[in-house]
Amino acid sequence: MTGAADQPANGSGSLLEARNLTRILPAVVPVTLVRDVDFKIGEAEFVAITGPSGSGKSSLLYLLGLLDRPTAGEVLIEGNKTADLSSADMAQIRLEKIGFVFQFHFLLPEFTALENIMIPMQKLGRLNARDQLEHATRLLSDLGLEDFLHRRPAQLSGGQRQRVAVARALANAPDLILADEPTGSLDSAATEQVFESLQTIVETQKTTVIAVTHDMDLAARMPRRIHLVDGRIDYDRAQ
Amino acid sequence: MLLLRIATTHVRNRMRQTVVSTLGVALGVGFSVAMASLMEGSQRDFMTTLIEAIPHVEIVDEKRVPAEQPATAVYDAVAFHGLRPLEDLRGIRNPTEAIASLRDWVHGDIAQRLSGQAVLRYSGQDLGITLSGIVPRRELAVSKIEEDMRQGSIEALDTTANGLVIGSKAATRLGADLGDTVTLTSANGIAKRFKIVGLFHTGITASDEGFAYAPLKAVQILFEKPDIINSISVRLSDINQASDVAARAEQQLGYKAVSWEEANEGLMEAFVVRNAIMYTVVGAILVVAGFGIFNIVSTIVHEKARDIAILKSLGFPESDIQQVFVLEGLVIGVLGAIAGCLLGFGLSSYLATVKFEVTTDVEMTRLPIHFSYLHYVLACLLALFSSAVAGFIPARKAAKLNPVDIIRGAT
Ligand SMILES: Nc1ncnc2c1ncn2[C@@H]1O[C@H](COP(=O)(O)OP(=O)(O)O)[C@@H](O)[C@H]1O
Ligand SMILES: [Mg+2]
Repeated sequence: MTGAADQPANGSGSLLEARNLTRILPAVVPVTLVRDVDFKIGEAEFVAITGPSGSGKSSLLYLLGLLDRPTAGEVLIEGNKTADLSSADMAQIRLEKIGFVFQFHFLLPEFTALENIMIPMQKLGRLNARDQLEHATRLLSDLGLEDFLHRRPAQLSGGQRQRVAVARALANAPDLILADEPTGSLDSAATEQVFESLQTIVETQKTTVIAVTHDMDLAARMPRRIHLVDGRIDYDRAQ
Repeated sequence: MLLLRIATTHVRNRMRQTVVSTLGVALGVGFSVAMASLMEGSQRDFMTTLIEAIPHVEIVDEKRVPAEQPATAVYDAVAFHGLRPLEDLRGIRNPTEAIASLRDWVHGDIAQRLSGQAVLRYSGQDLGITLSGIVPRRELAVSKIEEDMRQGSIEALDTTANGLVIGSKAATRLGADLGDTVTLTSANGIAKRFKIVGLFHTGITASDEGFAYAPLKAVQILFEKPDIINSISVRLSDINQASDVAARAEQQLGYKAVSWEEANEGLMEAFVVRNAIMYTVVGAILVVAGFGIFNIVSTIVHEKARDIAILKSLGFPESDIQQVFVLEGLVIGVLGAIAGCLLGFGLSSYLATVKFEVTTDVEMTRLPIHFSYLHYVLACLLALFSSAVAGFIPARKAAKLNPVDIIRGAT
């Protein structure tokens, strides 16, 4: 529990805070996915979440991303409680502040790479159509995909798809990117590309990236690591 | 706009199913339109024929309330039993005066008649008929009998004091022909000889066999009712006034006056029932079309569970997801409605050209089709409503899908 104190724990001003976060699946024998998780994460952090398979990493990420609601405890975003928000309010926060990257690409199969990135922009409606196109093109180019703008997901390799997914997560310039084993299905070269792109995002855009991984080499290259065992934090430290 | 694009993309990627359910809606709308135009066409056709054929207002020698007995009028609050009602010589009295008073304010033509039962006899054959004594000039103004004349004319009754116009079927049955002299016998047993000066054919057997016209004077003599008539027919310039005119005439003359609407009340009710049946069938067709849409949208929701999870994780609220799938139902509904209108128009245009050889009482040579944009609007609205409902049910299910379950399921 040493590292957490070193982090920019700027009180309620932290970007993301978990307080006694607990998620239990109601069943005949209730399944505990996450139990009593506490931490604060500030701006421009690059955090690894590690732990054995089934330790609750994905479940924690869904709670942090407001895709799931906790059984007890709470998630605070920029110091604001989220427990009482309607699902529409939560959707709006996801749209404006959070980008997801999942292990499998999760792109819309009928739309091109460019369209996939423009869809959240269009939903938000902050930019006009021309700026949307320009911004989406730049995001893809920055990730080395300038030659694949008009390809559909099926026409891309695994690594390319995952980079499109990263670009899409960045579409609305979120404060937070949640990535669940983004390199889990990639070979080492593609893994390196995706990892570097995430690293660049943190450095250049001051976006916080929280990435679940069980690749220990990658986790070792990230400044902070939260390790889960059986849904609880085993350790949370800077490295 | 964005949601519509997502919706059309989903629909476009299931071409075969989309085409099938679009066809379902199109057939529903098309047949509804064709059926409605045929139904309304035949109704209008029938009404026109009816209004042409019958007086708009008919005043008859009856009272709606039985006449008060003179004794009751004199001795108030006294009940009389066993009195025999005063035998009333039926008929409208002082017809000249009555007609003159109607002429003052009624816009249209007025004709008087004396009708009664008589037996027509020719070369040993008897035929019971309804004999109407008419004033030919007046009668021609209120009825279309002129158009049904096959031989001779109604006007001939003006010049032949004992002239008679009978129906073609009656003539055939008696073996009589134009120019022949027949005998008419009234219920009072009075017989008079009449000369056939005209033959008509309406196509309605009951008329062609059972009606005859003669000059009013001759009929009054035959029935021993001099200067009496028993009906006044009015043909109005504006048929919508019929009820008002009837009410006022009844009030003024004291005789029962019946408008064409009242006279055909049963028919009007039959049309209401017929239309209700038609709309039920139309509704049923569109419900079936709705099932087609429900089916395809449900399939898409099932197949696109992953896309739904993606859109939700990107920040699309439940209401957006719901809209996407309602729109999918509506896209098919709109396509189907457009195709259905074209189909309906083509179908009714084709039906309008079909010729029929029918030998029934009322002859009809082609289908009466009435084109009205209302049929199209109504069918389209019903189709869109049905497709919106059909899309709404799976759309709600889609909106409620839990993205976490789907994302977990995929990994
Ligand atoms: N719907 C569910 N029903 C039963 N058990 C579940 C369900 N979802 C997750 N789990 C269990 O909860 C635990 C945590 O899952 P998860 O958060 O996916 O772990 P991780 O991502 O660390 O592998 C696992 O043991 C998993 O099997
Ligand atoms: Mg996981």
